[in-house]
Parts: sequence; structure tokens; C-alpha cells
Amino acid sequence: MQAVLDNFAALWSGFLTTLAMSVSAAVIATIVGTLLAAFRVSPIPPLRAFGALYVQLVRNTPLTAVFFLVIFGLPSVDLTFQSFFVAAVVALSVYTSAFVCEVVRSGVNSVSAGQAEAARAIGLTFGQSLREVVLPQAFRTVVPPLGNIWIALVKNTAIAGGGFAVADLAQLAPDLARDNPAQVLGIFAGIALAYMVITVPSGIAVGIIERRTAILR
Amino acid sequence: MSMDGPTDKAADSGQPLVSLDGVNKWFGDLHVLQDISLQIARGEVIVVIGPSGSGKSTLCRCINRLESVQEGEIRLDGVLLPEEGKALARLRSDVGMVFQSFNLFAHKTILQNVTLGPIKVRGKSKAEAEKRGRELLERVGISNQADKVPAQLSGGQQQRAAIARALAMDPKVMLFDEPTSALDPEMINEVLDVMVSLARDGMTMVVVTHEMGFARKAADRVVFMDHGKIVEEATPETFFTAPRSDRAKDFLSKILTH
Ligand SMILES: Nc1ncnc2c1ncn2[C@@H]1O[C@H](COP(=O)(O)OP(=O)(O)OP(=O)(O)O)[C@@H](O)[C@H]1O
Ligand SMILES: [Mg+2]
Repeated sequence: MQAVLDNFAALWSGFLTTLAMSVSAAVIATIVGTLLAAFRVSPIPPLRAFGALYVQLVRNTPLTAVFFLVIFGLPSVDLTFQSFFVAAVVALSVYTSAFVCEVVRSGVNSVSAGQAEAARAIGLTFGQSLREVVLPQAFRTVVPPLGNIWIALVKNTAIAGGGFAVADLAQLAPDLARDNPAQVLGIFAGIALAYMVITVPSGIAVGIIERRTAILR
Repeated sequence: MSMDGPTDKAADSGQPLVSLDGVNKWFGDLHVLQDISLQIARGEVIVVIGPSGSGKSTLCRCINRLESVQEGEIRLDGVLLPEEGKALARLRSDVGMVFQSFNLFAHKTILQNVTLGPIKVRGKSKAEAEKRGRELLERVGISNQADKVPAQLSGGQQQRAAIARALAMDPKVMLFDEPTSALDPEMINEVLDVMVSLARDGMTMVVVTHEMGFARKAADRVVFMDHGKIVEEATPETFFTAPRSDRAKDFLSKILTH
């Protein structure tokens, strides 16, 4: 454990990087994934097709490959990112939004079709009926699976440091281990603990949100 | 296309409020509405009756274009129903609809159910919408339920809330699709009473129901449908006591024996 204490400043900075990546990608992926879900249930066939194609492509591609595409593929079409950090957030958002889309879509399907019809019958547009009636109820039923996606996302950020030069917790682990070969176990335990500082409270928060927003049916 | 817009004649009381002209609709191979023509005058109350699967719900749903038709014209106040988009949403806001299964918004209170449309579609202020919403809840007799959510209400109370939600849009016409079929018997009358009083106040109504008491009390005309066709139209008294068609006789003998 000595190595963990000695390198506390580096660990703290790695922790903040991991946290920043997780939160940014979670916010973006949740918004983009919800939009994609709206595409997938929309009455406009091209939007539905786009949503379905996006989900199929992204969900069936390994995350590492998505990182490769964003960091090495996009510059070849003149799209470069300011930093590996930004590129990592983009890759994580692209990947995670496909899963958010599918979860939100299942939530949308759990809201009775009759309510969506009633919303249209009082003159709400398709967008308004999604925003006012369907999505608020859909989100309540998908809080637990969304929580799982967010937690998986936190752990997926490790690919950014492990393979792609983002100075996060995952990058720190092998460096510290190399410098302190006698304390490898303690170092990895410390790093794992740092991840749990993010994931465990997230899980608890999801449970609280779930209980607070439960709807009487 | 100049005929599609509201004309000077639209303001005339002589023109039907709702008019269906040569309407045909198919679900795949099933010809569910066959050459339907029906004119509904302002303030008229029509009861639509007929065996299960005869197309009554579909007819209702076509009038606010929850279903589209392949042939024929449907007009509201002289204006052809818009295809889609904002114009269609505006049209729907003028047509109130009450469903068999209430379809209240489960995550909103009763008052919020009633004010959502006026605020989002009509652009009313929250205070204005709530004032009118409470009046309407009072009118249907559930003002004390305003702050509850739908699941806390009985079926009869939920259906009355749904009627108030539709009325809040100040619709030109109200469609009711079997509004009492999902209710326990002791709750049917509280809903029918509200509908009778609406009819007395001059609301134009299309009501799919097998409640003969309501038809006798409130309807101007009974429309009998079978296999996608309008088979017979008559006053309630004539229809129930002296139906002309064999199919109407057969149908009435079935609903009268239980
Ligand atoms: N969305 C749909 N797709 C395919 N067929 C449908 C659809 N909706 C209704 N139908 C069919 O169209 C016919 C007419 O249905 P509709 O619901 O209008 O009848 P109804 O007179 O209201 O009957 P009920 O008294 O049972 O409510 C039925 O045979 C029904 O199965
Ligand atoms: Mg029906």
C-alpha cells in the first residue's frame, strides 16, 4: 500500500481524469441514445432505418475498434480531436449511446400505446407526446438498466488509458507496478478501489432515483 | 384545392360539422370501412351501434385521423382532414376523444392530465389552464381528485377525468369509443350522466355504445353498422322498436336477451 500513498497525487489526477471521462460520456451517450431511440420509434422511415443501422453497427463492434476508428480513422477524413481525452469521450459516447438507445426504446414500448394515442388525440405533435408523456414514463422504467450501462461505461473508460494514452487510472496501474514490482497487488487493489469510488455510489444513486420516481400503475 | 379551405359557407349552420363522403378503408385484405357516407350536424348526437368487428372503432378513429383512409373524403367544419404534421395536430385538438380504456397519463395528476393540452397545444398560461381545469373537474364531479394520480381513482372517476381532459381543449366534436365497456356496472351511470348532460348542452357527439338507455335519452340518430357498412340509420325510438333490416333485428335480439 506504500506505493499507493507515495503516488497519491498521480492517483488523484488519474482518478479525476477517469471521473471526467465517465461523466462526460455518460451525459452525451444518454442524450444521443435517447435521440436515437426517438428516431427508432418515429413515424419517419429513414430516421427509423438510420437508428436501427447505427445500433446494429456500433453494438456489434468491439469498443477497442471504436477507439481505433475515432483516433486513427477519423483523422483520415480530416476530423481530428484536440486531445486523446476528447477522442476517448467521443469513442465512449458513440459506443454507449447504442446501448442507451436500446434500453430507452424498450422503456418507450413499456408505455401503453393508448397513452401515446391519447396524447396525439389532444393535439400534441409526435415530438411533444414523446417529451411530455412517453419519455418521462419510459425513463422511470429504465433507470435500473441505464444504471448498469453507466457502470459498464466507467469500467470501459479503462481502454482509453490502457491503450490510448489518456492519463487515467488504467494507465497509471502498469506504470506504478513497473516502478514498484514488490507492491503490484497493493497497487492494483488501490486502483480497483478508486474505480469503486465512482461505481458503487453510482449504483446507490440509481437505486434512490428508482425508488423516488416509481409510478403507481 | 380552393374547396379545401374554410369557405364562407363554413360558418353557415346548414353545413355539416363532420362529413364523411365515400370513405373506404382496408387493413390489408380486410375491407373494414365500405363506402361510408355520413353527415353530422352541429349539436347532433349520433350513437353508433353494431356487432364486434363491424368497424365502429375504426370509423371513430378515422374522424380524428388516428387512422388514415385510402379512399373518400372526411371534413371537419368544411375543411378536409390534413395529411400529417402540425396541421393534423391542430385538427386533432378540435376533436375530443374518449377511449374505452381511459388512457390517462399515468405519471401526471388528474389536474395535470387536464391542463397538459391547453398549456402545450393552446398556449394557455398554467394559471389559466388550472382554473379552467378545476371547473371541468367540478363539472364531471371529481374536483376532489385533482391532485391524485390516475391509478388512485376508480374506473368511473378515471373515465370522467378523461372526458374533462378532452373538454379542456374546447373541442368542436367529441368522439366516444365504448366509454363504459371497461367499467363495473355500478360506475356506468356516473359516466353516462356526464355524457347526457354534455349532449343537453349542445355538444356534437359521436358515441359508440350499446347502452340503449343513453341512446334513447340523448341520441338524435342511431347508426347501425355491420361488416364495415352503414346498414341502417334511424331515430333511437324507431331503431329499437321497429328496425327495418334483418341484420339489425338479429343484432338487437342478441343484445336484448341479456
Ligand atoms: N390496426 C389494425 N390492423 C388490422 N386489422 C384491424 C386493425 N384495427 C382493427 N382491425 C380489424 O378491423 C375490423 C374492425 O375493427 P373495429 O375495432 O373497428 O371494430 P369494432 O366495431 O369497434 O368492434 P368492437 O365492438 O369489438 O370494438 C376488425 O375485424 C378488426 O380485427
Ligand atoms: Mg371497437
